[in-house]
Amino acid sequence: MFDFLKTLDRRWIFLAMLLAVSLPILAQKTFPEQPTLHVRNVFQKIEDLPEGSTIMISFDYDPGTTGELGPMTTALLRHCCLKRHKMLFLTLFETGSPVIDQAIKEVIEDEFAELELKSGEDYVNLGFKPGREVIIAVIGLNLRQAFPSDHSRTNLDDLPLTKNIVNLQDLDLILDLSAGYPGWKEWVQYAASPYGIPFAAGVTAVGAPQAYPYIPGQMLGILAAVKGAAEYEAALGEKYPKYRDPKLNEGIRRMAPQFWGHLLVIGLIVLGNCIHFADRWRGTP
Amino acid sequence: MKSTIPWLIAAATGFVMIAAYFIPAAQGWQGEVGTWFEILAAFAFVLGGANLFAYHLGKISARRAGWGYSGVTLVAFLVTLAAGMLKLGVPAPDRYPTNAWAGDFQFEGSVSWWLYWYLYNPLNATMFALLAFYVSSAAFRAFRAKNTEATVLLVTAFIVLLGRTYAGAWLTSSVPENYSALTFPGMTAIILAVGNTAGQRAIMIGIALGVAATSLKVLLGVDRSYLGSDGD
Repeated sequence: MFDFLKTLDRRWIFLAMLLAVSLPILAQKTFPEQPTLHVRNVFQKIEDLPEGSTIMISFDYDPGTTGELGPMTTALLRHCCLKRHKMLFLTLFETGSPVIDQAIKEVIEDEFAELELKSGEDYVNLGFKPGREVIIAVIGLNLRQAFPSDHSRTNLDDLPLTKNIVNLQDLDLILDLSAGYPGWKEWVQYAASPYGIPFAAGVTAVGAPQAYPYIPGQMLGILAAVKGAAEYEAALGEKYPKYRDPKLNEGIRRMAPQFWGHLLVIGLIVLGNCIHFADRWRGTP
Repeated sequence: MKSTIPWLIAAATGFVMIAAYFIPAAQGWQGEVGTWFEILAAFAFVLGGANLFAYHLGKISARRAGWGYSGVTLVAFLVTLAAGMLKLGVPAPDRYPTNAWAGDFQFEGSVSWWLYWYLYNPLNATMFALLAFYVSSAAFRAFRAKNTEATVLLVTAFIVLLGRTYAGAWLTSSVPENYSALTFPGMTAIILAVGNTAGQRAIMIGIALGVAATSLKVLLGVDRSYLGSDGD
């Protein structure tokens, strides 16, 4: 048995991980979530803004990280719609534009169809613009210099939502859904910090530790990966009972595979170390 | 001359950005530089595409190792480019009913849209999903408590792994409210907010000082290595 474990074929580990994440998905078991301080800060900021406030949401990710950032995108947009906030969307990722289209379709056009939110009035999709952090620096002073028109080529001066917005300083909040570079750090450096604009970010798990030093000075809080999304959904459910239904909360549903995946990794670390110490005790290399 | 003119352009741009940041009257320069940057970025896209094409074509013609993958790259590149540039499958928009080319190249149902959602999306997501399998294999084979530092890392990982799921909350659910810092979620929050923050700040401040020093060398022309050697 010891020799089997010592020379364990990694395909057994792959199979175990496959089962650890797929069975909970099939079983649809969920666990309760408790919003942490950073998530609650973001939630409270959106909740406390007066109805009709203007929020910019930058979709700085693409399909590779949709698994992590998709659920929080839905939750944040859902909250903005519930509060009837005005939304400006953009992306600094070349491949991010369709992700915006999908979020608009799923949340604004389908889920909140009864609100009849109108493009140009209630939300504006600015689309993608190459230039990374330079774009943030430019729109910090003049939105039209980088985005003279929206995604459908309508002049910003002709849209009720944007006609009075000169630059980022006219916004009430900026949210960045960030998978890397350009992302939350560039928004902090070129928008939140120089102009003192309230800012929060949703980040991938691997990017979260780097974001903590900016809280609470430059960032209100962060939503870290699926766990952050699940906590935000829990906060939304506390305030709006309709959203306690697990079927509506993709983040909470995805925490079950994460739960078993983490337990498997812990088990593998313990097992690997048991083999390591057994080897040392036996005096074998 | 070959490196002096590019350096002068880089230095002038850098100093304009510095002036635009620190001198309120010069703030508008930032926008102008941004416009120039956008123009250059557009050319960079073309140059990048041409470079990618030439590199992989050279690899295929020389039959170097992995030339088959280069073939796949080139085909994917050309098909995506053609689908986007020619706006294949894009209907004429309502505003310009006689001009199909006025539509959005990523219009739902277009070839570009199809390539994105049915090829790029699953391929990209699959690549990231594979990480879970490699991480679990690495955890078993490499994450060993070989010395004190590795043991500290191991214990920290244990706490954070448990603290980021319901398992941590459940295991320490009997801990009284006043001692919530001793629960797995509580310890995770402390590790991230205290230990991690202190370490990250130290690293970031160090990097920032290095970036400032390197930038100054580039702006003053002391370091021109980014321009390549004379022979390039």
